[in-house]
Amino acid sequence: MSTLTRKDFATDQEVRWCPGCGDYAILANVQGVMPDLGVDRENIVFVSGIGCSSRFPYYMNTYGFHSIHGRAPAIATGISATRPDLKVFVITGDGDGLSIGGNHLIHAMRRNANLTIVLFNNQIYGLTKGQYSPTSEVGKITKSTPAGSLDYPFNPVSVALGAEATFVARSIDTEREHLSGTVELAARHEGTAFVEVYQNCNIFNDGAFDLLKESPEDNQIRLEHGQPIRFGADHQRGVVLRPDGMLELRDVADVGEENILVHDAHREDPGLAFMLSRLAHQPDGPTPIGLFRQVRRPVYGEQMQHQLDDAVDRRGEGDLETLLAGPDPWVVEDAVTG
Amino acid sequence: MGTKTVQKLDTVTIRFAGDSGDGMQLTGDRFTSVTAQMGNDLATLPDFPAEIRAPAGSLPGVSGFQLHFADHDILTPGDAPDVLVAMNPAALRTNIDDLAPGGTLVVNADAFTRGNLKKAHYEQNPLEDDSLSNYRVFRVPITTLTVGALEDHPLSSKDKQRAKNMFALGLMSFMYSRPIEPTQRWIESKFGRSPDIATANITALQAGWSFGETTEMFAHTYEVAPAVLPAGRYRQVTGNQALAMGLIAAADRSGLPLFLGSYPITPASDILHELSKHKNFGVRTFQAEDEISAVGAALGAAFAGNLAVTTTSGPGVALKGETIGLAVSVELPLLVVNIQRGGPSTGLPTKTEQSDLLQAMYGRNGEAPIPIVAASAPGECFHAALEAARIALRYRTPVMLLSDGYLANGAEPWRIPDVASLPDLRSHAEFATEPNADGEFWPFQRDPETLARPWAVPGTPGLEHRIGGLEKSDGRGSISYDPDNHHRMTELRAAKVAGIAKDIPPLELDDDEGAELLVIGWGSTYGPVRAAVRRARRMGHKVARAHLHYLNPFPANTGEVVLRYPRVLVPEMNMGQLRLLLRGTYLVDARGYNRVSGLPFTTGELVDAIVEHIETPRVPNGANTGATT
Repeated sequence: MSTLTRKDFATDQEVRWCPGCGDYAILANVQGVMPDLGVDRENIVFVSGIGCSSRFPYYMNTYGFHSIHGRAPAIATGISATRPDLKVFVITGDGDGLSIGGNHLIHAMRRNANLTIVLFNNQIYGLTKGQYSPTSEVGKITKSTPAGSLDYPFNPVSVALGAEATFVARSIDTEREHLSGTVELAARHEGTAFVEVYQNCNIFNDGAFDLLKESPEDNQIRLEHGQPIRFGADHQRGVVLRPDGMLELRDVADVGEENILVHDAHREDPGLAFMLSRLAHQPDGPTPIGLFRQVRRPVYGEQMQHQLDDAVDRRGEGDLETLLAGPDPWVVEDAVTG
Repeated sequence: MGTKTVQKLDTVTIRFAGDSGDGMQLTGDRFTSVTAQMGNDLATLPDFPAEIRAPAGSLPGVSGFQLHFADHDILTPGDAPDVLVAMNPAALRTNIDDLAPGGTLVVNADAFTRGNLKKAHYEQNPLEDDSLSNYRVFRVPITTLTVGALEDHPLSSKDKQRAKNMFALGLMSFMYSRPIEPTQRWIESKFGRSPDIATANITALQAGWSFGETTEMFAHTYEVAPAVLPAGRYRQVTGNQALAMGLIAAADRSGLPLFLGSYPITPASDILHELSKHKNFGVRTFQAEDEISAVGAALGAAFAGNLAVTTTSGPGVALKGETIGLAVSVELPLLVVNIQRGGPSTGLPTKTEQSDLLQAMYGRNGEAPIPIVAASAPGECFHAALEAARIALRYRTPVMLLSDGYLANGAEPWRIPDVASLPDLRSHAEFATEPNADGEFWPFQRDPETLARPWAVPGTPGLEHRIGGLEKSDGRGSISYDPDNHHRMTELRAAKVAGIAKDIPPLELDDDEGAELLVIGWGSTYGPVRAAVRRARRMGHKVARAHLHYLNPFPANTGEVVLRYPRVLVPEMNMGQLRLLLRGTYLVDARGYNRVSGLPFTTGELVDAIVEHIETPRVPNGANTGATT
């Protein structure tokens, strides 16, 4: 259905995010990517949990399920495991996906269910009006933490890599082209694709990603498969793998171009990708953006289907009569008496 | 020899008891299987600890299996055993009080060592004092005889000893005239890959039989003639097996693929195990990371067009509550199976109870009514599952199917239904294919008769729509915070469930001309209540009886039935949950017999309760919290 446009994926529902919210940009972007995927509208499902981001399905003219807090990956797993023909997206946030639904998120990723998970990370609870989230920085002053939060935050990309997701990427709400490209790549991935999107909450946590947005050259370390990992206005900085096994940010001039780490997103082992994710635990300095990892692993729903097909091949289609009779039936004749 | 006299019995209750590692469940299961094939009616009660292997020989480690079989139709696994097989002192200590005076006790005398006696808190050996003088005690050195019979087998001494349960089975098979050949064949197929183990078990089984035949210890053998059962093809089935087959049958009859989302929990896990074996029926089983994910995935599967099921026990239902509420809100078919166990909290994982009725009724936030179906006997779990699926599909609603630990593990002969006679569910499982509102698709445009909404599954062009847990506008299904709409939607959801009363059979009344007392039960008390009423009538009492298979909505005539009698007694393995509902719904002065021991009711205790309620003058609206009030 190549004739579809972005507008075909918009609904008549009034969009109810706060003016200026980063979610608008992400919505426009995702709607924009849809026509390029080549998947019919009726074969696309958006599933979400609870939170600002989770209103997303109402604004997509596809099949959609706005569920309950944290459970979208579980519900989406049920859809994708039984219907490999569908393209299933999960829209979640840092509270929904990493706090109340953290368990479902990691298990969906380790199973490699066929899901495109987009996690909007604004480092705050928005819908409940401003409490700290599992990605908020330590010491965050919020309504629920007047003396500063004590919790050490998650780095969502590190979590996804720890769960060995087969596709892990990070983008930014305002980086239109990068976001579109990342979402499209994720949507085309077979298995679980996890995309963290830095998303500004202009009401409760405004400017959380300003460092990366205001001086992108110095603070966005763009990861591109097969390319040396360099950043800075003149690409003068780069990532170096030290002999002790640690990564380090260095001036290219000091270490030599040939010593800059070349990004390999397709490495089977997630270790190096994890180390890249550790270059910035939070976006408060140069932070890797882009595709950390993409590898192939059997897809959950397809494997489930194979097991069913195998069973039919080996034993034939199930016969209800045989099943009910069991291995040792016996017959009671009319009026048998002792 | 063959010179022993044969006594005919009409009914026997045997209990096998031993250490968790002694294989008592297997022994009981084999005895049951052969007994079923001999045509006896039977009921079983496996009773085992939650611990996999409590320390060997300890009191908490005792595992038991009771089997009641007869030449007539029976309704319970028997109040008290006539025969107790005790494989060690701990098994004797924990079970001897249940053995009727004059009962037969077979003990493994070898196990009565100083160490084992101490573990069972015996200061002196009960086989050597007069504490067992009220019983017919057979001291059989089972371990020695088993190891002796296996002298030439290439197994370790430990492995030889492990075959002692087969010796005991052989001995009991001889005493009760059961053939051992079916078990020999079973062992051969079960241990086909380890021929040494198979041969040893068969040798031990035969040795047990021969010992019974040759020793002069046993003067009699016993026969229990086949029961008169309705003609047909039968098999032995447990509640969980029957329930799993019912789910597969429902999928078959509706033409929908079956999806089970489940998380391991006692006593429901066997349904997950069973269904995972039947992939050639297109059954997808998903062992989730937790209970919430299990029901979540099931709800997702329902959205995607599957017959979606989640199986669990009470603690799991507590976790699933929010998702069940979501299913109420989005009005998708979903089967929630609760194999109830003792509670609260972890409670008694391996023991039975029926204390989740109010959880099923009310265990969700908001006004969230769901239909509730309860199984009454192991074999009946099959039909209950089919019926729960029918209601879920037809009314696009989550349905709670209640079973319990007793039904789940208990076995009985089951008349195999004719597949062609099973209900055709295809018309309830039809997906929407066309817009339904002037060229648009309105997901909450209801069927005027059932109030069910259309089921439009992803993949259907033109019917793209969004659903969710926020309140929806009547018909169109958009998010709506309109006050009147919310009230209307709440009423519609309630009316949809209440309307099912028109679509289920009326409450069947087993009246007794002149009866002033009605005994009404639900769930697995079906057998014990029927047996007790039968006995009370034989004693000359007038008692009416009814059994509820549907707890929400109640059958349409329920009020009429319960208000017909001056006295209503509701026996429940909880503290009065159905009683509360009946009182609240019908303003009936129902009284309860309530006991939560982890075991099914005995016929005897229910007969006592019935007689007490007939004979005791009543204080109107009296206190209702005691055991028999």
